[in-house]
Amino acid sequence: MDDIRLLEMIERYLQGEMTEEEKILFKELRRTNPDVDQKVVEQHFFINQMERFNEDKKFRASLNEVHEQLLAEGNIKPYSGKSKVVQLWNRSKRTIAVAASIAGVTALVISAVVSSLAPKTDKAQIENLGRKIDILEKNQNHTRRELSDVKNKIEIPGEPAKFGGTGFLIDTRGYLVTNAHVINKAERVSVQSQSGVELSARKVFSDDSLDIAILKIDDNLFKPLSALPYAITKNASGDLAEPIFTLGYPKDEIVYGEGYLSAKTGYKGDSLTCQISVSANPGNSGGPVINKNGEVIGVLSTRQTTAEGVVFAIKAKNIFKALDDLKKDSNNLHIKLPATSSVKNIDRPQQVKKIQDCVFMVKGY
Amino acid sequence: MNTNLKEQELIKGLALNEKGAIETIYKDNFAVIQHLIINNNGSEDDAKDIFQEAVIVLYEKAKSGVFELNCQIKTYLYSVSKRLWLKRLQKNNRFELLANGVEETVHVEEDISLHEKRDDEFGMMEHAMTNIGEPCKSLLEAYYIHKQNMQEISEAFGYTNADNAKNQKYKCLMRLKKLFFAQYKNGNKNG
Repeated sequence: MDDIRLLEMIERYLQGEMTEEEKILFKELRRTNPDVDQKVVEQHFFINQMERFNEDKKFRASLNEVHEQLLAEGNIKPYSGKSKVVQLWNRSKRTIAVAASIAGVTALVISAVVSSLAPKTDKAQIENLGRKIDILEKNQNHTRRELSDVKNKIEIPGEPAKFGGTGFLIDTRGYLVTNAHVINKAERVSVQSQSGVELSARKVFSDDSLDIAILKIDDNLFKPLSALPYAITKNASGDLAEPIFTLGYPKDEIVYGEGYLSAKTGYKGDSLTCQISVSANPGNSGGPVINKNGEVIGVLSTRQTTAEGVVFAIKAKNIFKALDDLKKDSNNLHIKLPATSSVKNIDRPQQVKKIQDCVFMVKGY
Repeated sequence: MNTNLKEQELIKGLALNEKGAIETIYKDNFAVIQHLIINNNGSEDDAKDIFQEAVIVLYEKAKSGVFELNCQIKTYLYSVSKRLWLKRLQKNNRFELLANGVEETVHVEEDISLHEKRDDEFGMMEHAMTNIGEPCKSLLEAYYIHKQNMQEISEAFGYTNADNAKNQKYKCLMRLKKLFFAQYKNGNKNG
């Protein structure tokens, strides 16, 4: 009941219906009671949102009305562009022919240059950095470990992993993000912490077009963390030449890599991704790309096989996109991404020490 | 100078949702944008969508009152449409725009990102409004949009007294807020 009265007061205040005396009293209440102040700000914001929504809705309706009306009156027409295109073609046939032959020659020259730089041109230009673990080698490792680690109670699953990559926590309760291509062929997934403990996990979301998958660690051995050290925000797109680093599992142990943001778009101008210069190998897929402030700017995903050190990362905002899609499927799932970084302004080894516990090897079976 | 004045009038009219202004802008510009979209892998519907979205960007700018006429409406709409369409093509992993630089364009990046934010918020409010159901929706609209007072509302909705209507309005508002902010906080980092 009190809340209702307070709301009424706030509304009268915002609508300018208070007397001078009431206003003074209310302002004093706002000043001394931060809770009330917050409610006023929130109400003001919300009323604006509602009014704007209504105006925008009306405007959109007008647009549609005008469209229908003009269409009916013949003032705008469904497109019949053929004739225009033909005209354009006739007019510029000569120019286009010349341009085409120049383009042809250029293309020949370029392909010659490219092929001399890249002898294996028939190979795919982009290579997913998931790790197809060599089964033989793995078996060897497996046996070796079984022999030497009898005391050590690290559980090694009976069969070796078929696919491998990296994933990192996005929620303290054990939600991880990785690349869809790391796990999409796997029947079963598990993750392994940098200390070597293997935890079972399950896929909760995967989108091949974003190349993002979300996993949940489902294992009693996993203890939820109190907070994640890095921040994941929509706007952290990174500046050109900004130094970045990555953590991942191109081998059985966590590996650190350092580089810089080299282009704001990815392969052939793809705007979902950005280009970074860093050494990355199969197994690095799904690892975080982090800037010096401890903000995740992307998810390492692919590299260009025809060039050295050209690696692409999926921009962090796509994690938000994936979460939005996920939310549509399961309403009661609330994943809260870490909004602030606690590793700002400390030196790199310290940053990595804090971050490495949140970066896991992802294994697919 | 004369055209400049005419354009300013159009923009003022647009900000006030005046049908005449919308019609003129539509007639003068739709065909060009339609041509752009359809010649670049778009459909009839895409053309309508993109053109209307571009007009909405202009409308938002006009309403914010900072629209300085440093270019013609035509150039502005063309630039916005081109950028919006390019974004949509890239999102669907389709092709680059073919029509490169034939028409003059201006820088519209900031306007578009502002628009995207507003468009997100519009979607959130729309979602919240459709999900609170009736009579909440009508009740809130009556009070906040049509500015009816609680006495009128309680009569129109058949409450026995204004206090009951007030009580109901409060509950509805809280539900709407909850629905809205749940999306808002997930979608906006500034939450």
